[in-house]
Amino acid sequence: MPDALPPEQPHAARQRWMAVLARADADDLGERLGALPTYRVLRGPEVGLVMVRGRAGGGGAPFNLGEMTATRCTVRTEAGFLGHAYVAGRNERQAELAALADALLQDPLRQAALLAQVIEPLAATQQARRDAVAAKAAATRVQFFAMRTMRT
Amino acid sequence: MSATIALPGFADPVGEAQATFRAVLGAMARPGKMHRVGERLTAPAPLDPATASVLLTLVDNETKLWLDTHAAAARDWLAFHCGAAIIEALDEAAFAVALSLPDLAALPAGTHETPEDSATLILQIAALGTGTRYRLSGPGLREPTLLAADGLPAGFATAWQRNHALYPRGVDIILCAGVTLTALPHSVSIEEA
Repeated sequence: MPDALPPEQPHAARQRWMAVLARADADDLGERLGALPTYRVLRGPEVGLVMVRGRAGGGGAPFNLGEMTATRCTVRTEAGFLGHAYVAGRNERQAELAALADALLQDPLRQAALLAQVIEPLAATQQARRDAVAAKAAATRVQFFAMRTMRT
Repeated sequence: MSATIALPGFADPVGEAQATFRAVLGAMARPGKMHRVGERLTAPAPLDPATASVLLTLVDNETKLWLDTHAAAARDWLAFHCGAAIIEALDEAAFAVALSLPDLAALPAGTHETPEDSATLILQIAALGTGTRYRLSGPGLREPTLLAADGLPAGFATAWQRNHALYPRGVDIILCAGVTLTALPHSVSIEEA
């Protein structure tokens, strides 16, 4: 990952909904999508391993943290849109639904409705979950005053 | 993202890839013997199921793949399902896909130190089992055997013998037609029958 993101991000909107879909609960996602249109699965859903890399040292050199399980899926809708999904874990239904949602969201006729009915509520749920965890963690936070003084 | 990928790959990736690999192995060991592969696969135009199955089985992101102008229509499908590194220079290819025979001398034939660096040509022809008859002889064949193939150009046997003469260097061919494949390793000697 580059340290500074490039100024132009033509896929920013798609990146956002794909990120939300990748974290969504399969049942929740299925419920919100409602009746599914016909589509064709091009690949998967299949489970595999991906190498998670991080920058662990002070020098910022890439470090192979370890492998994690991921499930991927690609579908094609009747209108010809291709949807991809890579989700953590081995929930194949979630990967398939996320790929389908990605394909449908690329359709300009459906995008606005789906963003409002699916992506925004899911994003709000996920944010609330993150906030709750952060609040719990914050309650046990320890301030190392001495060290903070030293740094500034 | 291109929207030209309309077809899935193998329905059962592990099982079908293993079956195809076994067929290619058998065809290389017994040159000219026919094997059926890809009967459950819907191949993207202009590829036949056998050709597409061989590619799904053998090609990945580490094998340099060259496509002739006719096969280029399947480029997106191959890039997606094989993750193939598609290249323009024929003399660097590990695998070459062609619908008409290219100049065999233009494909990498390996070196004497590394004959395994030679390319494998996956050649799709009109039909196997009918057409011009060739007599094959060499390792894997106790007695010369006959191969009938429709779609190989006139003078194929002559061009092949030049390739065969390079042994241990030389190009291998996997012949595909419909759901049938057979192989011509460069150890085999071919003459028109």
